[in-house]
Amino acid sequence: MTRPRTLYEKIWDAHVVEQRPDGTCLIFIDRHLVHEVTSPQAFAGLRASGRTVRRPDLTLAVPDHNLPTTARKDAAGNRLPIADLESAAQLAALETNAPDFGIRYIDAVAAEQGIVHVVGPEQGFSLPGTTIVCGDSHTACHGGIGALAFGIGTSEVEHVLATQTLLLQPAKTMEVRVEGEVGLGVTAKDIILHITGTIGAAGGTGHVIEYTGSAIRALSVEGRLTVSNMAIEGGARAGLIAADATTFAYLKGRPYAPKGADWDAAVAYWTSLATDPGATYDRTVVIDAAEIAPSVTWGTSPEDVVPITGIVPDPDSFADPSKQAAAAKSLAYMGLEPGIRMQDVVIENIFIGSCTNSRIEDLRAAAAVLKGRRKADNVKWAIVVPGSGLVKAQAEAEGLDRIFTDAGLEWREPGCSACLGMNPDKVPAGERCASTSNRNFVGRQGPGSRTHLVSPAMAAAAAVTGRLTDVRDLME
Amino acid sequence: MAPIEKVEGRAIPFGLKNVDTDVIIPAKWLKTISREGLGKGAFETLRADPDNLFDQPEYRQAPILIAGDNFGCGSSREHAAWALGDLGIRVVIAPSYSDIFSGNAVKNGILPVVLPQAAIDRLMEVAATDPIHVDLDTQTVTTPFQDRFSFDIDPFRKMCLLNGLDEISLTEKSDAAIAAHEQKMAATQPWLIPAKI
Repeated sequence: MTRPRTLYEKIWDAHVVEQRPDGTCLIFIDRHLVHEVTSPQAFAGLRASGRTVRRPDLTLAVPDHNLPTTARKDAAGNRLPIADLESAAQLAALETNAPDFGIRYIDAVAAEQGIVHVVGPEQGFSLPGTTIVCGDSHTACHGGIGALAFGIGTSEVEHVLATQTLLLQPAKTMEVRVEGEVGLGVTAKDIILHITGTIGAAGGTGHVIEYTGSAIRALSVEGRLTVSNMAIEGGARAGLIAADATTFAYLKGRPYAPKGADWDAAVAYWTSLATDPGATYDRTVVIDAAEIAPSVTWGTSPEDVVPITGIVPDPDSFADPSKQAAAAKSLAYMGLEPGIRMQDVVIENIFIGSCTNSRIEDLRAAAAVLKGRRKADNVKWAIVVPGSGLVKAQAEAEGLDRIFTDAGLEWREPGCSACLGMNPDKVPAGERCASTSNRNFVGRQGPGSRTHLVSPAMAAAAAVTGRLTDVRDLME
Repeated sequence: MAPIEKVEGRAIPFGLKNVDTDVIIPAKWLKTISREGLGKGAFETLRADPDNLFDQPEYRQAPILIAGDNFGCGSSREHAAWALGDLGIRVVIAPSYSDIFSGNAVKNGILPVVLPQAAIDRLMEVAATDPIHVDLDTQTVTTPFQDRFSFDIDPFRKMCLLNGLDEISLTEKSDAAIAAHEQKMAATQPWLIPAKI
């Protein structure tokens, strides 16, 4: 009888190519996702050293970060040029590098194009039990289907392209167990914001977090991807949620998913990966789902979370002196005073999108709040950016696009958009954005931008009232 | 990659906690297709203030940066390490780092030294007036005032940094083991190879 193992340990063990005496392991990578921002220097490195891509069949490239979310083709169907010359050059580099190195490539105007972390699961390219890497920290997202997935730097991108492996130290394991039922208006985003506020932005450093408990099991795959996506905001390089019947139902029939007898073998294998009874984690945090409210951030770290019914905290209320200083700086940047009710914070911009919250379920949740309503006049800019072309098509088939445009929101083309201030979608300096993205860092949505992280339903509610709003007030 | 063994010079007493890679290098600088020249964009938002630490004459080209907990959190952008390197930083000293950042630093010849907060507090004090000495071989940080702090580092990382080694060449020596893993997986889990229908 072997020792009981966690999900993380089982996936790790199945991918060890070699173990060094110091415990470092050479780990095989099953899936490598590539986008335009963190790959050009890696491909340049391969060229300079005369190397090739070892496993182009396990590699999938798609542009997302730089693409404008406005129309990509003219009326005649011709591709429109990208105005920003540096963005255009970076996108062109990927478009050249992918065929040069024989890599599967979804181009900017393909129906399947989208944010790399939306595309992977949607195409069935990301699978449970696999190791997945991408030069992007939100690769943690794919843990939502039970894959060990994490972000890497460009040197590691080059290393994976060349060898299909990475040299890694095993991580510590952390269980975040969310038990019970969430209340009305509480979504996967609120669960992960609450977790991040509880464990802190460095709470998971050095760990892989497995999310367990009845509230996690009750989530759809879309919701699980949202939770695992922000494992990195809690400092963990990867998140994991064990694959189950919900996961299998989501993946079955996806283009790259196993078929026929292979499917049955795969499901049997994936089922065997669940954490064994009696396996132990290095650390466990238990959260009562009933205590989670629709949540919002007030500062410039994703740990700066309060319930929407809460107030902006006084920096002096924190025990840690360095946190006191950081909170004071955050409030100065955010233009907020301690004691203000979060619901009194006026919002000029709304962003519904990003790899955290741009899947069909997210758009349905936002549309449910916006249906038959209009955005407030003080909301100057409100955009909805589907996570992929396929999400966009599905939303349009359901009439969600009309609900958004009737409410005064803009319906855009898929991409990373206003999550990161790299393409034309930016929040102006000094203005606030209720954003469904994952980071509220200084300048993240554009220089001087002030971000309040929320769920799609909460972003929709803020659009309607023009201030941060408890979505429960707009629900039956 | 330039080997690193002993670094002596001024240390920027930065000290902030949870410094994310968006602060180290904002997204607009990520559009480059080269690794060079990113020092201009390093800490751009902070350096908009003319009194910022980084541009004080005594800290220009300083090879050491002292930071707070969770340095380099957030985005995986290796541009953060490239920007620090281009600014002249060879050593960062902090109580903790994000996992991705510390890996990126090592791969670019930057030594991430981990020391407890009390040692950081003392080094911040010294850095205001005097140089600091870092010795990777003996794993120590010393000051002109007889302070001596020992730090731990993963032996593999130490070896790579001391020798300026390229990790890909090292891994290529394991080619047979990688091929054996690939063959085993192809035999036992053939469905792992994606075949779009």
